[in-house]
Amino acid sequence: MMKNIGVIIELDKGRVKETNFGMITLARAKDTQLFAFVMDADAKSVKEVLESFGITKIVEVWLAPDQLNNPVTRAKAMINAIKEFNISMVFGLSTAMGKDLLPRIAAHLFAPLVMDCFYVDLEQKIAKTYQYSGKTIATIQLTGEVLVFGIRPNAIEPVKAQEKAQMLKFDSSHIVATGFRVIKSGGIDKTTRINLAEADVIIAGGRGMKNSENFNILFQCAKKINAAVGASRVAVDAGWVPYSMQVGQTGEKVSPKVYIACGISGSIQHFAGMKTSGMIIAINTDENAAILSNCDYYVKADALEIIPTLTKILDNG
Amino acid sequence: MQIYICVKHVPDSAAHITILDKNRIDESISFLLNPYDEHAVTEAAKIKNNTPDSEVIAVCLGKNDAEKTIRSALAMGADRGILITCDKNYDSMVTALALKAAIEQDGTPGLIFTGKESIDAEGMQTMFRIGAVFDFPVATNVVKLDIEVDKAVVDCELSGGITNTYEMSLPCVLGAGKGLNTPRYPTFPDVVKSKKKPVQKIVFTDLNIKDSPAGMRIVELEPLHQARQPKEIKGDAGFVAKEIIRILKQEAKVL
Ligand SMILES: Cc1cc2nc3c(=O)[nH]c(=O)nc-3n(C[C@H](O)[C@H](O)[C@H](O)COP(=O)(O)OP(=O)(O)OC[C@H]3O[C@@H](n4cnc5c(N)ncnc54)[C@H](O)[C@@H]3O)c2cc1C
Repeated sequence: MMKNIGVIIELDKGRVKETNFGMITLARAKDTQLFAFVMDADAKSVKEVLESFGITKIVEVWLAPDQLNNPVTRAKAMINAIKEFNISMVFGLSTAMGKDLLPRIAAHLFAPLVMDCFYVDLEQKIAKTYQYSGKTIATIQLTGEVLVFGIRPNAIEPVKAQEKAQMLKFDSSHIVATGFRVIKSGGIDKTTRINLAEADVIIAGGRGMKNSENFNILFQCAKKINAAVGASRVAVDAGWVPYSMQVGQTGEKVSPKVYIACGISGSIQHFAGMKTSGMIIAINTDENAAILSNCDYYVKADALEIIPTLTKILDNG
Repeated sequence: MQIYICVKHVPDSAAHITILDKNRIDESISFLLNPYDEHAVTEAAKIKNNTPDSEVIAVCLGKNDAEKTIRSALAMGADRGILITCDKNYDSMVTALALKAAIEQDGTPGLIFTGKESIDAEGMQTMFRIGAVFDFPVATNVVKLDIEVDKAVVDCELSGGITNTYEMSLPCVLGAGKGLNTPRYPTFPDVVKSKKKPVQKIVFTDLNIKDSPAGMRIVELEPLHQARQPKEIKGDAGFVAKEIIRILKQEAKVL
């Protein structure tokens, strides 16, 4: 029998986020139907792009706007859809939204779930993820009728594969969330312009930034190189930047293509959040800082001098 | 109200991890109360102070050594502890069933806390599994909490500093996030007092958790080797900046 695999598509203002494509690439397999579940947009508007990555069925999971805001109704709609379409493997992103959605789905289905996977073998039913603050790679065997995988954003290189997709609708507007009501959703912190977990480039500051004003230097540079701004715990605890910018064991775990660390010493706990970055560039005044022996490029200099210079050069084209 | 806090005994984040038999770690390193659970204990103790006739119970599934973690929770404000002892590590599906069985044996939960994740397995799902087996509503990464007569109003933080506010019926399950409070670290008298607080031990097998065909099993653990070969960029600020731009464009291809 042909297996059905499902990917839950994450959108941003009606567009399919880039990081979905790596996940779809990972979920493709021979002799399977690849379902894309779309909750937040008119499925027709994303048909073409999903087809170009090999999706063969696009299911528009229909929910009313207030239901879309509620993680419980979203999860219930997906649970029903998984049953309806006989999905045996479910893929979603380990983003903020996924961290609230995938465990709800897995818990209700009593299905195994591995979050933050950077590799999945569909045949063997194994997933690889990081454990112990990124110090180890764990290979996990999943067993069960339905398996759920949360894929680390940016972890997989997308590869195109053209298909034609059939369009389906799944009305879920009758679903209610008992005991769980949304009072307010949103409230965006304006200092974090690009989502850290999904950024291709992150420029982060630590104690070496010295104060809150100096973080503007990073924000200005970030705008030029299309980066998100992160921080070490010291910078957060000092109150220079909000906690939502903290990278590390007790902050955000990121794997951008490039991580630029400015005035960050490279503690074990900081590395726990960024050691899987593609390339690490460190700017640090202390030649003995741990980060200098665990990066790709380093500069022994004052970050408060290097970064503004970099921004200026980019400003002048 | 009985407030249960599910706590986990985890390796110190600074500890060196050594792998044994391909799929487990050498546990003769320092272990402590999972950092996010500290926020859960602190919050539970705060609610207890504002709610007459309430009790805070720390529950842990772990090996004998995990009693230390329960003692830490007791020193931070829990009244008593329950340790479900086992001799191997279970996945979050079994863990949720064991915690439920122990809690139900003990009392009637009005509120159940966990940390938003454990820093060892980083599974990010135990609170949802506890909620599912009890059929209680769940919220995670809770950074603000108000308990009213028959409901909880919570702020949950998504990444990027976005928070949502939810109203949940009681009992409910809450995964404590870092922004919830500042943990109150125990004083010496707290530690002394905690030694006298009761810790009940239950043997895992006595809970009769049924074997399930569904689950997760670690088949292999390997150290993450960093093969980075640091190269220095030397020169004045102008040169260094240009070189970084070149690297971003030509090597990383992000510009
Ligand atoms: C349970 C636990 C969880 C933790 N979680 C996290 C976490 O999630 N994230 C995190 O980051 N930390 C975390 N920490 C804290 C961690 O141990 C370190 O204290 C922290 O990462 C250090 O931050 P830092 O690198 O900014 O500061 P420091 O270690 O003080 O380093 C500052 C660096 O800046 C350099 N410097 C100074 N001035 C300049 C300049 N002008 N230009 C260039 N370089 C300069 C210095 O040489 C130094 O190397 C945690 C700790 C514990 C115990």
